[in-house]
Amino acid sequence: MDFQPPIINLLIVAPLLITMGAGLFLMLLNIFCKRDGVYYWLTLAAIAAALVQNVAMWGHEYGTFIARGSYPMVVSDNFSVFLNSILLLSGIGTLLISRNYLHRTKLERPEFYMLMLFSLSGMMMMGMANDLILVFVALELLSIPLYIMAGLAVSRDDSKESAMKYFLLGAFSSGIFVYGIALIYGATGATALPAVYAVLEAGSPLAMAGTAFLMVGFAFKIGAVPFHMWTPDVYEGAPTVVTAFMSVGAKVAGFAALLRVFTVALPAMSDAWMGALALIAALTLIIGNVVALMQTNIKRMLGYSSIAHAGYLLIGVAAAGQHSEAVGSVLLYMLAYLFTTMGAFGVVIALEHKLGEGIMLEDYKGLAKRNPWLSAAMLVFMLSLTGVPPTGGFSGKFYIFRSAVEANLWWLAIIAIMTSVVSGYYYLRVVFYMYMFDGDRTEPVYAGTALKTGLLIALVGTLWLGFFPAGWFELAYKAVIGTTQLLAGG
Amino acid sequence: MGNSFVFMLLAVIAVGSAIGMLVSRDAVHSALFLVLNFITIAVFYVVLNAPFLAMVQVTVYAGAIMVLFMFVIMLLGAERLRGMWGDRPSELVFAAFLGFLLVVTFLIALVMEGKTAVSANMIDSSPVALGLRLFEGYVFPFEVVGILLLSAMVGVVILTISNKRGKNV
Amino acid sequence: MIPMSWYLIFSAALFAIGLYGVMARRNAIAILMSVELLLNAVNINLVTFWRYRTPDRSVGLAWAVFVLAVAAAEAAVGLALIISVYRNRDSVIAEELDLLRN
Repeated sequence: MDFQPPIINLLIVAPLLITMGAGLFLMLLNIFCKRDGVYYWLTLAAIAAALVQNVAMWGHEYGTFIARGSYPMVVSDNFSVFLNSILLLSGIGTLLISRNYLHRTKLERPEFYMLMLFSLSGMMMMGMANDLILVFVALELLSIPLYIMAGLAVSRDDSKESAMKYFLLGAFSSGIFVYGIALIYGATGATALPAVYAVLEAGSPLAMAGTAFLMVGFAFKIGAVPFHMWTPDVYEGAPTVVTAFMSVGAKVAGFAALLRVFTVALPAMSDAWMGALALIAALTLIIGNVVALMQTNIKRMLGYSSIAHAGYLLIGVAAAGQHSEAVGSVLLYMLAYLFTTMGAFGVVIALEHKLGEGIMLEDYKGLAKRNPWLSAAMLVFMLSLTGVPPTGGFSGKFYIFRSAVEANLWWLAIIAIMTSVVSGYYYLRVVFYMYMFDGDRTEPVYAGTALKTGLLIALVGTLWLGFFPAGWFELAYKAVIGTTQLLAGG
Repeated sequence: MGNSFVFMLLAVIAVGSAIGMLVSRDAVHSALFLVLNFITIAVFYVVLNAPFLAMVQVTVYAGAIMVLFMFVIMLLGAERLRGMWGDRPSELVFAAFLGFLLVVTFLIALVMEGKTAVSANMIDSSPVALGLRLFEGYVFPFEVVGILLLSAMVGVVILTISNKRGKNV
Repeated sequence: MIPMSWYLIFSAALFAIGLYGVMARRNAIAILMSVELLLNAVNINLVTFWRYRTPDRSVGLAWAVFVLAVAAAEAAVGLALIISVYRNRDSVIAEELDLLRN
């Protein structure tokens, strides 16, 4: 037996290597350097460097770690570059809005940045993985640091408890997930996504069961009904920066892997998963939006809102079985979701004067008088989450609904439009509290330079996507056609 | 004939110990049942011509992981568990659903049975073959698992250290 | 040779028991043990598929090793979380832990 090394091109995984390497470097640095600021800036620099390297790979299709007679383990194409950019931007956004927060809540420690970098590399790997095994490992690499980060807030019992709940459900869902991929391996004898595609026959019962298990696992990760029950608790209990990071990063990464696995490896089963996903999307939209109506805690409300947004994204994924333009609309929606959600959490963080305090709807009374700029920003983000033009949220929903109609999912588009109208109630209630009430709050608003920068970027992004969506959609669509396999699948 | 007898015996032990794990009211008993279950599964691996994995199963699962469980149970004095058949009627519904799932999988397996070609000649389950496979095809996930274990380790440390800090304040 | 379906049924039985344990148990340690059982059911499947479908390529075996490593990481993190919660509360928290409600 002789060893034949695989063909390796490290440049392709450079964004991953930069983030993982920076995490390792921070760990070593921990021995020598005790100043927290250093870690912050190093992390920011590493993520920015990874972003630059990532964008440089736009327009090419690469594969690396190719074993003899096999498919590449990791691929980089426009699809993954686009998603990685969103993920890295979410990392930068999280850092910007967390600058002051971590300090005043005494959560700042080097390990926080380390875990964030590791989790971020797991997220990026989800979209780049070309093998079911790597999808599983990436899923774990993204989740395990998040479980720990969610449990970091030491002084509060509910943080620990929500971290525990998050962990147990997460471990459970990855068990189901890996059972699903084991069944698909059993049906095809292969684990590489293109190999599964090549061998899989429609109607294989093992693969059918495997797809169902896989779907359950993904639904847990992206927080879709009926596997959403962890989301509100965890969003409420985790430190707000972790919530912000998780709500964008984990969701986008989950959708990245969902799209790649289902459209590249499992188009043979598309009849089955399209219907199931459409049903899940409808349930998610209805339950997420309706339950959000009753929330008085902003973080909890945003938790249900993120469930609802998973529903809108799922519409696009369900439509992706019909035509590939739908994938483009999902990507555009994610971009809008990134800017809007990051911005909204930025405002929440600015008002959270102590860990877990200042996050009730009541606390937003009279904000317009206290801090007109912050409330104006919040106004834009809330309008965008509702989907009012001219904001990014509207553009995202417009393209998603269009692709649903083109895929003959009329009923789903109608449900989505109706639930959007319902969602207006709870988003605009925040605006109402800010502008229509007089508040007696005297706690300071923490808006440092970093947070202001983050909010400004989020604001510009949201409005830019709102006013000029066509160019962005073009870009998102290019991200899909660059990916030939995705097209072959769609 | 002898083979199927061994299989049946092992399966009964494994499923029985899993059920024992499920219904025990004492966490230590639960953990011990699980150890028995893991060891039985290791015997299955031997039957399936995967001796290396059987050894790993015994050392890592039955050894390391379960010892960790026992240690934590003892440390916290958390032996007492609540009974299984508690206050939720939905549990029965759920159990029925699982039974249904089992039947479905049964049927699937029987359908699969027809087209499974068994080629038992070319088995290569030596650690060398496994190592080659890991480093030829799966270097990248292998390295990533390293990072994963590292982050788990860091997490364990800060979760317990932060606790001490919390008490001092 | 024993038919492949026997192993699959056996693994499905363990999986179902684990699933039930996660849903019905209230104690975090018991739930974690059920999760470990789930992952073992997966490994039985993987080794069986390797043995019956692709015995010449040890993909299933390699994969089982990955699952094992991940299970170890998960157990470590889970137990650390359990320790920190128990200590904070000085009580048996997981008595009321109900994964299906929010």
